[in-house]
Amino acid sequence: MPDSDRDIIVMKGIDKAFPGVHALQNVDFSLARGEIHCLVGENGAGKSTLIKILTGVDRADRGTIELDGQTVVVRSPLHAQELGISTVYQEVNLCPNLTVAENLLIGRQPTRFGVSVDWKSLNAQARQYLKQLDVEIDVTRPLGSYSVAIQQMAAIARALVISNAKVLILDEPTSSLTANETAQLFTVMRKLRADGIAVVFITHFLDQVFAVSDRVTVLRNGALVGTYETSTLDHFLLTRLMLGRSITDLDEMKAHKIESSQHIRTESLLEASDLGLSNSIDPFTLTLHAGEVVGLAGLLGSGRTEVANLLFGVDKPDAGSLVMDGKPVTDFTPAGSIHRGIALCPEDRKVEGIIADLTVRENIVLALQAGLGWFRRIGTKEQYEIADKYIKLLNISTPTADQQVKNLSGGNQQKVILARWLAANPRLLILDEPTRGIDVGTKADIQKLVLSLAEEGKACVFISSELDEVLRTSHRIVVMRDRAKVTEFSGEVDETKIMKAIAGLAS
Amino acid sequence: MNASYSKIWGRLTESMLFLPTTALILILIADFFLIHNFFSIELKEGHLYGNLIDILLHGSPTMILAIGMTLVIATGGVDLSVGAIMAISSSIAAVMINPTIVGMNLTDPKLFINNPQYTWMPLWAVIIVPIIVATLCGVWNGMLVSYGRIQPMVATLVLMIAGRGIAQLITNAIQVVIFNDTYAFIGNGYIILPFSLYVAIALFVVAWLLTRRTSIGLFVESVGINFQSSFYSGINEKRIKLFAYSFCGFCAGIAGLVVTSNIRTSDANNVGMYTELDAILAVVIGGTLLGAGGRFSLMGSAIGALVLQTTITSMLSFGVPASAVIAVKALVVIAVVLLYAEQVKTFVRKLGNVSLRRETAQ
Repeated sequence: MPDSDRDIIVMKGIDKAFPGVHALQNVDFSLARGEIHCLVGENGAGKSTLIKILTGVDRADRGTIELDGQTVVVRSPLHAQELGISTVYQEVNLCPNLTVAENLLIGRQPTRFGVSVDWKSLNAQARQYLKQLDVEIDVTRPLGSYSVAIQQMAAIARALVISNAKVLILDEPTSSLTANETAQLFTVMRKLRADGIAVVFITHFLDQVFAVSDRVTVLRNGALVGTYETSTLDHFLLTRLMLGRSITDLDEMKAHKIESSQHIRTESLLEASDLGLSNSIDPFTLTLHAGEVVGLAGLLGSGRTEVANLLFGVDKPDAGSLVMDGKPVTDFTPAGSIHRGIALCPEDRKVEGIIADLTVRENIVLALQAGLGWFRRIGTKEQYEIADKYIKLLNISTPTADQQVKNLSGGNQQKVILARWLAANPRLLILDEPTRGIDVGTKADIQKLVLSLAEEGKACVFISSELDEVLRTSHRIVVMRDRAKVTEFSGEVDETKIMKAIAGLAS
Repeated sequence: MNASYSKIWGRLTESMLFLPTTALILILIADFFLIHNFFSIELKEGHLYGNLIDILLHGSPTMILAIGMTLVIATGGVDLSVGAIMAISSSIAAVMINPTIVGMNLTDPKLFINNPQYTWMPLWAVIIVPIIVATLCGVWNGMLVSYGRIQPMVATLVLMIAGRGIAQLITNAIQVVIFNDTYAFIGNGYIILPFSLYVAIALFVVAWLLTRRTSIGLFVESVGINFQSSFYSGINEKRIKLFAYSFCGFCAGIAGLVVTSNIRTSDANNVGMYTELDAILAVVIGGTLLGAGGRFSLMGSAIGALVLQTTITSMLSFGVPASAVIAVKALVVIAVVLLYAEQVKTFVRKLGNVSLRRETAQ
């Protein structure tokens, strides 16, 4: 029942087709004043298309949008802001080298005599706006000097400032936040809700859906599954709604893991002894075996990525030694590591992973080709064969191997990078947050893939912020805290024990 | 039927060669209507004469420079020193042929003044040595950019300024006249078409084989688009940049020889003046993105060089004074910037769809 007293936005019968894809089919969506409304679905379910239509980036082919009971046509993102619909994107798009205050008020800075900027009142106003969000920081420092969480807050504050927003859309704001920062963000969201603002929250973390939202709208393959009161759902139910099937049975996964643990070799593949780099990671000792998955658990910034970077030669250690196949490693470069048979799927997909303008095929063969060098070019026909093989194996959804990788969804981009490293046929595969920002179904696929790679005799290092994921896939778990290796668990481990080790509590 | 037309239009407009080729055709069409006998070509004494041939002759050095510049720009850099490198290579070549100016006390000056056979050093050395030195200049640029991590514009500015000084030192700041006919053939000779065009074509083929038949081209593009991802993928991005700048220096060395040979004089002060800008402009017209780097097209750059030279030759034949031609180049710059704006590109792409829709409506 559309109820214009309660609902600020009612989208009805939204239909949108792109060449080759029917992105949205007859989708209804309503948003009430003063609610936090989660929008969930797998990659490609149509979440972003729906948001793009609401914020004027794209036009719907059919369907209507009502704002405050009035039918509106949102012509552009700017128009959306004028209507009171503001969006904060996953990547903070502010200027890191300007101060926080400048970022907040740029374009509407208070002036003295209409000419010079009144810095004093600019800073005071900025402080005021942030205080409304319970954020108290030095607004005269550059935005870039603050954590991503604070930058997100600044982006939210700006969204509220510039448009006097009635609707705030948060597009996966938590994907690079720590648990603490996420909690901080939730406090802000609840405060906005209390002020009567309608918040649309897009996230891949189901825990967060339950932690903060009032209602959930589930999309699947461009169609509406339904809108539900969050309190009537649980994890299992929501997952089933999103996937249309139940996720991989955990028991099956566990059996798989126990079965595969029999294939672990006893001789070591890679041995790091007291390997370290000052100002990056304290010396640690770690041994990896063929056929084994070693999980690195720990919070963001605990030193997990730094371990991966040292093992792969992105950084050069200044202490300790690294031995592979019984031979000491001297050439600490990615190129050297590829020759030794090591691969690293890096944490930051956009910056360190994909080559956006190259095609899927070129992205996939890149590491293999880099290993072969300048003059042993892989023939074009063979390149297609390799690309097609991995597109099929990893179920990468792309029209052709010649599609530019930037046109793929995040999850598929991740798969392309994974394919790049599998094509290089490494003996040790280091995966740094391979499942971040991708949907539940793909996550399960990647976890299964890691176990089957181990069974084939590859060694894997699996890094993830999600503990249950680490537990599910790893034969051995290394816990990191404050840029140091704290402890190691193997065999059957108790989740709370690991949790305590991560948090730094005595068990 | 219509759908397939629109698809072809889409493919065509997305191709990197679409804009430079269209530009070239448009200029030639304008020439056809505006300039009498622009297209007339005569065969005299075994070689061709005419405006079109002039374009090929004078466009060759820019084409040669643009080939090397393409790789540098594709890595996300730029090389401002190619003009100065040309001056260095041409000075070395001139002095190796005609050593008077450096104060060599030769027994009989009449031996080489106006002597079309005379050369102090053997001709093969006159060609090889300057090219090697020019390549080393490129290596220097590449070292500064890749291992020194200096902004390409600043790094190559060093040699842009210093290079001319070095060239003046070599020639004692004197214009060196070259009498040797064999050497003059490089920039003046004809085998039906200008010999310098064959040089440019040969270099083009070498560059194409070197980038597209090996993995170097892929790595250059990959480094230009995202050097960090490339590094993580095991590409030695420093070595790739070093290669690009070295190759650019190599090309500049050859261009220097072609130009001095063409005017039979080496003038350290003027050889290759502003040619770095022509080369950059040719590459940009050819569709490789300045600053961003990434995808490159050698053919695009070659056509870009022709667009530039055709504009200049047309202006001159139309009667525009030579001194004013540089202003016309500025107009070309503006046109290019406009044409490559994303909005215009989208507009052109849509143009096909709209005209088709109209057809179907009627």
